[in-house]
Amino acid sequence: MTDTTQMNMIQAINSAMDVMMERDPTVVVMGEDVGFFGGVFRATAGLQQKYGKNRVFDTPITECGIIGVAVGMGAYGLRPVPEIQFADYIYPALDQLVSEAARLRYRSAGEFIAPMTVRSPFGGGIFGGQTHSQSPEGIFTHCSGIKTVIPSTPYDAKGLLIAAIEDNDPTIFFEPKRIYNGPFDGEYDTPATSWAGHADAQVPTGYYRIPLGKARIARAGGALTILCYGTMVHVVEHTVAMLGLDAEIVDLRSLVPLDIETIEASVKKTGRCLIVHEATRTSGFGAELLAQVQERCFHHLEAPIERVTGFDTPYPHSLEWAYFPGPVRIREAINKIMKD
Amino acid sequence: MTDPHDSARLQGEAGRNLPPLRLHVPEPPARPGESADFTHFDIPAADAAPRPDETAQPATMRDMAYGLVRVLDENGAAVGQWNPNLPPETLLRMLRAMALTRAFDGRMFRAQRQGKTSFYMKSTGEEAVSIGAALALHRDDMCFPSYRQQGILIARDWPIIDMMNQIYSNKGDRLKGRQLPIMYSAREAGFFSISGNLTTQYPQAVGWAMASAARGDTRIAATWCGEGSTAEGDFHSACTFASVYRAPVIMNVVNNQWAISSFSGFAGAEATTFAARAVGYGIAGLRVDGNDVLAVYAATRWAADRARANAGPTLIEHFTYRVEGHSTSDDPTAYRSAEESSLWPLGDPIARLKQHCIGLGIWDEDRHAAMDKELAEMVRDAAREAEKNGILGHGLHHPMESMFEDVFEEMPWHLKEQQQQMLDEWKAAGL
Ligand SMILES: Cc1ncc(C[n+]2csc(CCOP(=O)(O)OP(=O)(O)O)c2C)c(N)n1
Ligand SMILES: [Mg+2]
Repeated sequence: MTDTTQMNMIQAINSAMDVMMERDPTVVVMGEDVGFFGGVFRATAGLQQKYGKNRVFDTPITECGIIGVAVGMGAYGLRPVPEIQFADYIYPALDQLVSEAARLRYRSAGEFIAPMTVRSPFGGGIFGGQTHSQSPEGIFTHCSGIKTVIPSTPYDAKGLLIAAIEDNDPTIFFEPKRIYNGPFDGEYDTPATSWAGHADAQVPTGYYRIPLGKARIARAGGALTILCYGTMVHVVEHTVAMLGLDAEIVDLRSLVPLDIETIEASVKKTGRCLIVHEATRTSGFGAELLAQVQERCFHHLEAPIERVTGFDTPYPHSLEWAYFPGPVRIREAINKIMKD
Repeated sequence: MTDPHDSARLQGEAGRNLPPLRLHVPEPPARPGESADFTHFDIPAADAAPRPDETAQPATMRDMAYGLVRVLDENGAAVGQWNPNLPPETLLRMLRAMALTRAFDGRMFRAQRQGKTSFYMKSTGEEAVSIGAALALHRDDMCFPSYRQQGILIARDWPIIDMMNQIYSNKGDRLKGRQLPIMYSAREAGFFSISGNLTTQYPQAVGWAMASAARGDTRIAATWCGEGSTAEGDFHSACTFASVYRAPVIMNVVNNQWAISSFSGFAGAEATTFAARAVGYGIAGLRVDGNDVLAVYAATRWAADRARANAGPTLIEHFTYRVEGHSTSDDPTAYRSAEESSLWPLGDPIARLKQHCIGLGIWDEDRHAAMDKELAEMVRDAAREAEKNGILGHGLHHPMESMFEDVFEEMPWHLKEQQQQMLDEWKAAGL
């Protein structure tokens, strides 16, 4: 029986890196402001003090440089955990991620690998405007060779991050920053809640892993399957509770690799499927989920599959609450599916 | 051809009996709790810097990238070859614009603390960088700023209430509440839309300048980024294009010593100056006392005249200090010595110009105090007026459907559909 303690998501992520740095001397943490300061969200707090500047260091402000250097360090045999300060700033690194990290194993027939885990806060809900709110996961799921992982609780964040760091393939680990300090139900006019007392905020202090590619049934039910991840898991849970609906909520945890068995079994059981994500709609990951469900479960479906997503606009600052796919929109979609 | 056995033997030996390699990770001179020490800064006398001809070949003026262009000496006198000899009304205009910028920053910072908006960034201590440059450029020259050049708008007499509406993201915001506070756009003021993504404006400014040159126009472009941001690839792409096409552009690096919690050493300052980036690209580089508004003005005029003479781009490093936190989101005492800002050896830009004006007999303490009071009232009144248009999160925003406008020139079917769906859903929910 391992010790557990209450952690918010930041503390869980910090603990995952701490555990891995302790266990594996090749793990290094790097990024803008991650060293002495411990990161703008404090996710790397204390790590430089504990493991030294050779293993935890600030970097120049160049995302393409950060990821390129991480590819080189990986080629040497280290296991880099670079932080991109906001997912919105990952674009300058795309070439190094998409053309290099994602293809190194393939083009060298396994001679070289890029065993890095790119951590980055993503998603909206903090009035960060269009450059501190985006959800670009679909860009990475679209290019072969990168794994994409998104936790929704402190417990999952730690277990998944440890698995990602141990994984020999490059992994994008998107952290839903809106729920760093507490779950968010999508209601903009109720006070913020913390993780205190939440069952999934009891986190083992030591090592454990949650395998990549295994979804979590956040709520078991028979009326309808809702596929979601990150912050939206909490918004969906809240909406379903308000409606008193016996929905099955599947928290995907990892988009690539995707736990298709769990999805298929759930939709075949319920016959109805709603997909919810915060990212923009067109070519979003929901389109892939919708295609998968349609290909595998068509004969079991009793209603058309619905998607609730961010609109196909940049993330607006003052109208964030209207852009965010909150309970109002999820409820409307559920009503539509349940009508048939 | 080398004998493979021989080279293998040599390689084998090369790895032996050598000291282990070491990784150098920069460390700032002082951390919280430690005392700051700027005695290692080599600050040349105010009249020391020579002033090359505006059309000088970059190779003949490389020293300028390692010196420091200054005008105001320790006693507030304007000295040396760079003294722009400005008339009193220009000096007082500069003083007022800097003081207004500071008053504006103070008020808007407090507004964020009072929950009236989400975010703010001050430019305290760096006012001279924006205001000196703005007054040295023509009004129709195009500026591609970063988020810390609010002083340009103020120097160009842009209404502060308009800036406040943007900060409050309210129904009076010309940018329709879409952008994070301080990410202004003011085309009429020659002020390009600010991006949250660092240094993207740099190549854009070069492109604007190339277009102006290609069309036989007379307008030039200027751009700004922080010293930390010079690490981005966009900075280096911009320098290459500017050099290749001799673009009529002024590229300003505001070296305020800090990039959030990282000191300038993480952008390369332990090895050389930021102005020296110009040397490698073969463009003119000037390193300037950024807390001396007359030096900033003089250097910008030099660079502008150079650009207008088709003599090419200039990279200017403004050596200054970020007196406050990076933004409303950080507490600088967590990562740097609290003593630093008071010990900064180049003083405060407003105090220095004030001293100069008093020395000239065109200004005095009473008038200064009266000006500060007047500006504080002006800013307070403007803020009250702006707040009538709403503050963030209190209902007075642009209509919800406006979210879908301006994604494209014409709204495609899928956005129309999403717009309608949003309105229907909120209606169905009785909201
Ligand atoms: C591409 C990108 N990466 C990271 C950030 C986050 N960020 C915002 S400001 C900043 C520090 C910039 O420092 P500097 O260039 O020195 O400008 P200063 O804030 O000192 O004016 C960072 C890392 C960003 N906005 N864009
Ligand atoms: Mg800086």
